[in-house]
Parts: sequence; C-alpha cells; structure tokens
Amino acid sequence: MKASARAALQAASRWRALEFAFWLVPVAAYFLFPRHYLLLNEMAIFALFALSLDLILGYAGIISLGHAAFFGFGAYAAALFAKHIHPDPLLGLAATAAGAALFGLVSSVLILRGTDLTRLMVTLGIALITYEVAAKMAWLTGGTDGLQGVAVGPILGRFEFDMSGRTAYLYSLATLFVLFLVARRVVHSPFGMGLKAIRDNRLRAAAIGIPVNRRLAAVNTLAATMAGMAGALLSQSTSFASLDVLAFHRSAEALLVLVIGGTGWLYGGPIGAVVFTLLHDRLAALTPQYWQFWVGAILAGLVLIGRERLRLIVRPWRWFARGDAVRKGGA
Amino acid sequence: MTALATFALNKRFGGIAATQDVSLAIAEGARHALIGPNGAGKTTLINLLTGVLPLSGGRIELQGKDITALAPHQRVRRGLVRTFQINQLFAQLTPLESVALAASESHRLGARAWPRLGASAVVRDEAADILERFRLADVMSRPTAELPYGKRRLLEVAIAIACRPRVLLLDEPVAGVPEGERREILDTLAALPADVTVLLIEHDMDLVFSFASRISVMVGGALFAEGTGTEIAADPRVRAVYLGEGNHG
Repeated sequence: MKASARAALQAASRWRALEFAFWLVPVAAYFLFPRHYLLLNEMAIFALFALSLDLILGYAGIISLGHAAFFGFGAYAAALFAKHIHPDPLLGLAATAAGAALFGLVSSVLILRGTDLTRLMVTLGIALITYEVAAKMAWLTGGTDGLQGVAVGPILGRFEFDMSGRTAYLYSLATLFVLFLVARRVVHSPFGMGLKAIRDNRLRAAAIGIPVNRRLAAVNTLAATMAGMAGALLSQSTSFASLDVLAFHRSAEALLVLVIGGTGWLYGGPIGAVVFTLLHDRLAALTPQYWQFWVGAILAGLVLIGRERLRLIVRPWRWFARGDAVRKGGA
Repeated sequence: MTALATFALNKRFGGIAATQDVSLAIAEGARHALIGPNGAGKTTLINLLTGVLPLSGGRIELQGKDITALAPHQRVRRGLVRTFQINQLFAQLTPLESVALAASESHRLGARAWPRLGASAVVRDEAADILERFRLADVMSRPTAELPYGKRRLLEVAIAIACRPRVLLLDEPVAGVPEGERREILDTLAALPADVTVLLIEHDMDLVFSFASRISVMVGGALFAEGTGTEIAADPRVRAVYLGEGNHG
C-alpha cells in the first residue's frame, strides 16, 4: 500500500509522452515557418500570459477580468527600464519580474475579500485604474502616443533583436518554457495542491490548517510576476509600449483563450493562445473589418456545442490526464 | 488536565441567542459526547470552537492556552480539528491527494512550492496508512466527486485524522451512512490514540452511550446537564426534553 501510494503520487507529476511532443511543436515551427517569427512570437507571449491567468483561475479558482493590469505594467516597466536604466533585456526582464511581483502582492489585498462577482468588479477596476494612470502620466509613458525611443540591447550581449523576429521568438519561447517548468513544479507541490483544495472547498481548506489568504496572495503574486514578464517580452521584442497593453480586451482575450484551451491543466493557455492567435490572423486576413464577428461566432459555437460534446471528437485536454481518463476518441 | 475549555461562550444572530453562557471543560483524552434536540445549537458551538463563526462573548482555551483570537487555520495547527455534518471535501482531488495534503499541512510542509506532494516519506506513509485504515485504498486515485456516499463519508473523517488532531470535534460522523457501513467509521474512532480528546455530536443514542464516557446535553443554546452515560440516561429532566419516554437506560 505504501509503495502504491508512493507510485500514485509520483505518477501524477510525471512527464507524459504527449507533453514532450507538445514542446517539439514550437521548435519544429521555428524551422518550418521562418517567415512567421513575428506571429510565433506573439503566440508564445500570449501563451505565457494565459498560463499566468490559469494559475489563479484554474488552480486557485480566482476569476479575474483585469489580468492585463500586470501584463501592461510589465510591458511599460521593461520599456522604461531599457530606455532609462539599462538596455540589457535579461536585466530588464528580471527587474520587471520584481516590480510585477510587488504589484501582484499589493493587489492581493483587494482580491482576498468578497465573492466571485465582487472580485470580477475589483479586478476590472484595478485594470481600468492602471490604464487611466498610464494615460495620465504622459510625461513618463508617452500617454496615448505610446512610449517611443526604446532601444533594447542584444540578448547576452550577442543576439540582436532583428526585423524577422527570429531572436524575439527564441527569447520568448525560452522564457515561456522556463516559466512553464516553474508553474508545472508549483502546481504539483503541496502548495499547488493546497490551491486546488482552496478552489474546491475554501471552508475545508482552512479546516485542515491551510492559511487561505496567505496562499491566495502568494499565487496572485506569482501569476502577476509571470504576466508582467509576458508584457516585458512584448515591449522588448517590439521596442515599444502603448496603452493597448493595458486595454480591457487583453484581459478578456486571456479568458477566451482559457475557454478554448480549458483551465487547470497548464496546457490550456498555450493551446488556446495558438488557436486564438491563428484564428485572429487568418480571419483578419480574410475579412480585415469583421474578423471579430467571426471570432465571436466561433466562440459562441464552441459554447453551444459544449466542451463535453467536443470531447467526444477530440479531447486534447485529457491527453495528459492520468489513469483511465487517457481514453481518447470514443462514441 | 483540560484539553478544551470554554468560558461563558455567547453567540447571537441578531436578536436570537444561539449560544448562551456555555462553559464546558473536556478532559485530556476524554470521549465526550454532546447531545441535544435539533436546533439546540450543537453545530453552532462547533463553529464557534473552530473559529468559523466569530464569538459574541466568552473565551476558549485549548490545552490551557487562549485561542479565542486565533484564525481557523491557526487553531487547526494547534491541534483542534473538526469534521463536518455535511461532507466538506475537495471534489476534484483524489482521496490520496486530499489525505496527503492534510498530512503535509500538519507537518508544516504545505507551503513548499518546489518539491512534489508526497516527496516527504513521512507524509506519504501516513497518508497510505490512513487510507488503508479507512478502507479507501482501492479508490485512492479516483476523483472524490466520483466516490459513493459511504466512501466520501469515510474520507471526511480520514482527512481530519490526517491533520493529527489533539482534540477532534466530530459533527455527526455517521450521518447518512447506511447501518452496514457504519462499522468502518466506528472502528476507526474506537482505535484513535488514547491521548486524542474527542468531542462527538451525534443523534444515534446507541453510538453515544457506547462511545462516550461523559455526555453533555444542550437545549436551546445552553448547557442543560452533564454527567456519565448512566447519569444522563437516568436524569428525568433529560428524558423529558430529549430522550423521550423510556427508550434508553
């Protein structure tokens, strides 16, 4: 029994073959689509942003409509760091991470209280305030014109950000992968299991000795840090930051991405981000004016069909699940 | 020594006094039962003891130390653990994960964010041991939401045991469990270490009289009587308000 308990606990966090296959895809994309590095870079950044939202939504059960606050904060922080302090991108990324962590920690106070509905309002409020502050502080952020004149140095002093987006893609992909590994460790740790316990039953979580508020503040800080780093990747690879990074649609799109990819299994963000970005790109090419209509129609269709029924056709979100859930296809 | 003591506990919901001047002392290692008709305030008392509800007045001591101001999770860390009358489980976790998590928390390893759950051999072995004792080993890797009711009820108690309680508050542990499956829960409760103090809330009088050496009776939010099983069964006032006529003792 002790051996089987041990085996079962180990199996839960073991790497599965399909996970290795998943990570080979972006590497293959590097060789297959050399003319699309900019789009691939966008996908990697979006994947990281959605992954960070999944940590608080999918694991801790905290719904947020204002996650762009951290993304935008990171984008401006990295751009300002490069402009005024030091052009080195890795240094900028580290500094942004520290700043976003602090922002996340402070904002935690606001999400700990209240119900889902109040939290929705509060997170939306945080994002709106951040947007207005950035718009008002034009002397620092450039206001509605955006932050111009950002010069980001080469990575490790050697790899310049080029026009094709090759360096940017590899940089973003590497950052995404490293942070994914961190998230994967965290969700399988006692801390990560405690988050799921809080999500499933907050009352009982406290009744087994979990300090609920402290844990939620910790995961909010982690998610803010990762979202901030995603924002930093964007402004560093485009040498630009504008108010768009703080816009409401970014928060909403991150939620949409998790609707597409599913929450609470880490791959929902990356898969959803790829699907959403491709949809956006293809539809915008077909109908530049009305692509949002089609995105909306497809999402409405997705909801109408329902994930349960889609699961009968293809169940990517269960591919990595343990035990008998690995059965694919079906009726 | 007194494991758990309350001093003039009061709780009012608006104008209603749900708990009135409850002063209770439970000795270390006791098997104490709390009985009373529906609405007597037994579960409210548990909620006050565990900090789920704030007090309107009074004081609580756990093993001689004042815990009145502590948050629920802090009381658990000092060894005051409860089960719930209505199952409070982690639907998407497996029994193994739930019990291992509770064990991790009781060993102060719950905040560790890098090693995997179950990296600690002590936690792992404790979890395996508890799952076996509660006959949950065969379903340990299934999501809790998919378990039959009897198994979920066992898990409700198993999670509390994994917290390594010094004082265990059991709120109707066999409620809704079919006659044939009660044995597993009762056996485990009987096998608890002698130094663990147990306060049992229960309606099943056979269970109360076989399990508890001392019984407190609560009526209308106040303590009404206290004594050994024989004394309580013989007390005419208790019989009048609660036990009915001549069913027991």
